[in-house]
Amino acid sequence: MSKYAPRKAQLAREFLEKPTPLKGAQADREWWEMPVDFHDGNWCFPGKPETLKEIGFPNPRKWAATDEDWQLPDGWQKIIHDGLKERLKKFRSLKLYLDACVRCGACADKCHFFLGSGDPKNMPVIRAELLRSVYRNDFPMVEKILKGFSGSRKLTAEVIKEWHSYFYQCTECRRCSVFCPLGIDTAEITMVARELLNLIGVNNNWILAPVANCNRTGNHLGIEPHTFVQNIMSLVDDIEELTGITVNPTFNRKGAEILFITPSGDVFGDPGVYTMMGYLLLFHHIGLDYTISTYASEGGNFGLFTTNDMMKKLNAKMYHEAERLKVKWILGGECGHMWRVVHQYMATMNGPADFLEEPVSPITGTKFTNAAATKMVHIAEFTADLIKHGKLKLDPTRNNHLRTTFHDSCNVSRGMGMLEEPRFVLNAVCNSFNEMPENTIREKTFCCGSGSGINAEEFMEMRMRGGFPRANAVRTVKKQHQVNALVTICAIDRATLPPLMRYWNPGVAVYGLHELVGNALVMEGETPRTEDLRENPMAIADEGEDDDA
Amino acid sequence: MKKVFMPLIMVALLALIPYVAVTYANMSYLFGVIIPYAAAFIFIAGFLWRLFDWLRRPVPFPIVTTCGQEKSLDWVKQNHLESPSTRFGAAVRVLTEVLFFRSLFRNTKAELHTGPELVYASSKWLWMGGLAFHWSLLIIGLRHARFFFIEPPAFITAIEHADSFLELTLPAFFMTDAIVLVALTFLVARRIRDAKLRIISLQTDFFPLFLIGGIVLAGMGMRYLEKVDILSIKALMMGLVSFSFDAPGEIGALFFVHLFLVSMLAIYFPFSKLMHMGAIFLSPTRNLPNNSREKLHKNPWNKPGKFRTYAEYEEEFREKMKKAGLPVEKD
Repeated sequence: MSKYAPRKAQLAREFLEKPTPLKGAQADREWWEMPVDFHDGNWCFPGKPETLKEIGFPNPRKWAATDEDWQLPDGWQKIIHDGLKERLKKFRSLKLYLDACVRCGACADKCHFFLGSGDPKNMPVIRAELLRSVYRNDFPMVEKILKGFSGSRKLTAEVIKEWHSYFYQCTECRRCSVFCPLGIDTAEITMVARELLNLIGVNNNWILAPVANCNRTGNHLGIEPHTFVQNIMSLVDDIEELTGITVNPTFNRKGAEILFITPSGDVFGDPGVYTMMGYLLLFHHIGLDYTISTYASEGGNFGLFTTNDMMKKLNAKMYHEAERLKVKWILGGECGHMWRVVHQYMATMNGPADFLEEPVSPITGTKFTNAAATKMVHIAEFTADLIKHGKLKLDPTRNNHLRTTFHDSCNVSRGMGMLEEPRFVLNAVCNSFNEMPENTIREKTFCCGSGSGINAEEFMEMRMRGGFPRANAVRTVKKQHQVNALVTICAIDRATLPPLMRYWNPGVAVYGLHELVGNALVMEGETPRTEDLRENPMAIADEGEDDDA
Repeated sequence: MKKVFMPLIMVALLALIPYVAVTYANMSYLFGVIIPYAAAFIFIAGFLWRLFDWLRRPVPFPIVTTCGQEKSLDWVKQNHLESPSTRFGAAVRVLTEVLFFRSLFRNTKAELHTGPELVYASSKWLWMGGLAFHWSLLIIGLRHARFFFIEPPAFITAIEHADSFLELTLPAFFMTDAIVLVALTFLVARRIRDAKLRIISLQTDFFPLFLIGGIVLAGMGMRYLEKVDILSIKALMMGLVSFSFDAPGEIGALFFVHLFLVSMLAIYFPFSKLMHMGAIFLSPTRNLPNNSREKLHKNPWNKPGKFRTYAEYEEEFREKMKKAGLPVEKD
């Protein structure tokens, strides 16, 4: 395991022994009197000076969160103050959510970071108070007079350290906003706080490096076009070896009907590549006229975790490329935050996409009226429609070696509302699907613990803490139903859940939904299948034993 | 515990001021006419200003928190309440929040057991307490309409009858008086007893609870214990709503305590978290339809931005692209 995380037994013991508010302790301490602590495993490395210069971000320098002096720029208080003022004008949500919280505490034990750390400042209400206390000191006039009364405080360097710590212990997953009686969305606060921190050069390399890469090469990993193609072609070879079928993806092809965009993690990361193989098999199976772009080769958007402007800038490539290639519409792969951007931001930021057509499935004729303006369809919607119309030849017994459960990704469930489609697909391609406990799925799903750009190796301790509620729910179904496959529709999940499972639930592997689709697809002219896309043996012989789905 | 006692002392002092002033200095005109008018003005102007102050800021993005299945394929059952796709649906969603505290109804309590194992239990206490508190206050407020009309409207009388059907005391006991006190006690007690809540709470969270508690106790005192002259009160109130500046008649001092605390609440209201009363209608995670892929949402400050175009990209990678057999725009 990572040197940045304590041993599991040690963490488990701490969970039970350390006095925290979750267990009724620390009640007589004020949160603003508790010091900020940085140690190995709970902070992300800051952006490298050359990365900041490349994307034109302020205050490039070498520093670390454990430094006493963070080398903030001259007049940083004014930068933050003016920055907040500007954003209060631009976002009603920010102003409203800073003003209206009644601190009822409904959100307090809903955050995965609070549940995994017991740290009171990880209660969403206090996370917002970190900013709110400064806002109250500077803005609404009456509360200014009544300082101690309304809990306001001055902006100091110590407060900046606290912000840096706790606004990167929030994955913008919005679970708290489901439970809030006023619908207060901590993600709105965190996003603005991160924007403010970026203004004074307090940042995170695990976010800014992908941002810079994505800007230049089109994808997070900085893969240049020829390597991008090579990588997919090597997956094509693997598919041929396993199934005897040669799939023919095309790249940057003008006049294709559909542009397919997926997170680059599906092209380069294990186990994302198996999901990519699933897509390729599916598209071949139905004879889809599609192309993949090397320029818009990233579905994900780390701009969402940086600033509004950066999100818009990176996202602009999707429509720009769709227009250049003269496709009819865009099909999007499995990803969480990508779909938050596509569903709730894209058309508003970079639309209207009048050069595209209202999406229609060329196979079933189904009109995706719910995507009429954005003109982008989610692959789970697309595949669910194919299956419903009987257009796929599927053999779910080919996934009999997998006893699955489904992890709803935070953005797809709470920022889009896509809950049924992936379940429908999963039920069609495997015989053993087991839901996790009801308070941990669908709109109440727990985050993987590493989303929103904190999937850094050096952040491992916090990731294992933040992912604990999710892992705990998986363990329940592992015990009850011998689940060994955690299926997701998010590329960040596919990167973050494997180490989480290795830590808390060894024996549970992480799969993409379309990897299972790829396993189950009976291709015309295929060689007999004995291995799944990971070259693990399928359990085709024990038919009939596994029908408790 | 400073954050509990300070607001308690403040409310006690606030209650004492009119009592002393009216009893010993005969300042009933100040407390019966001038302060109530000033408070009403501050409340109305302040409330409207706060609403305007929120409304003038744009909602740039449709950031709905979807708590149920979105509208998608015809055969997938949409959750119209938790993921509405129309404005009407969103309005219904907001109303269920306002009237029934729907999101609070979801509340759970997490417990860490040995294992370590997280267990979530349904926890409806806050929902019940909150609902009892707010609904009682509403009914009590409506009941007070009888002081403002010669002949109160029929539905007000109906509410009064329903509220007092137990007829325990004379004058008839109002159930909401008891309910609101129990709910208030619960809301204060949970802030003190639950470690999470105690850390979260500020003085400004206890103050309005104590203030409302003071108002309720003074009001109940007048009705059930220390009788005041109802006719004079009604005359004063009807005078106030018809913008008369007539001096109040002989009313017991307790009434002025009640009225002064209400005035303080009205003044405090627009500058405090009590504005959640207006905010709940405006929350963009709840009041927008989840149709952002279907209909274009406009952002008033959206400007065309600079980004790295395909042409710039090809310029940098053209040779590599050609070698990889990728089509290029320029040779």
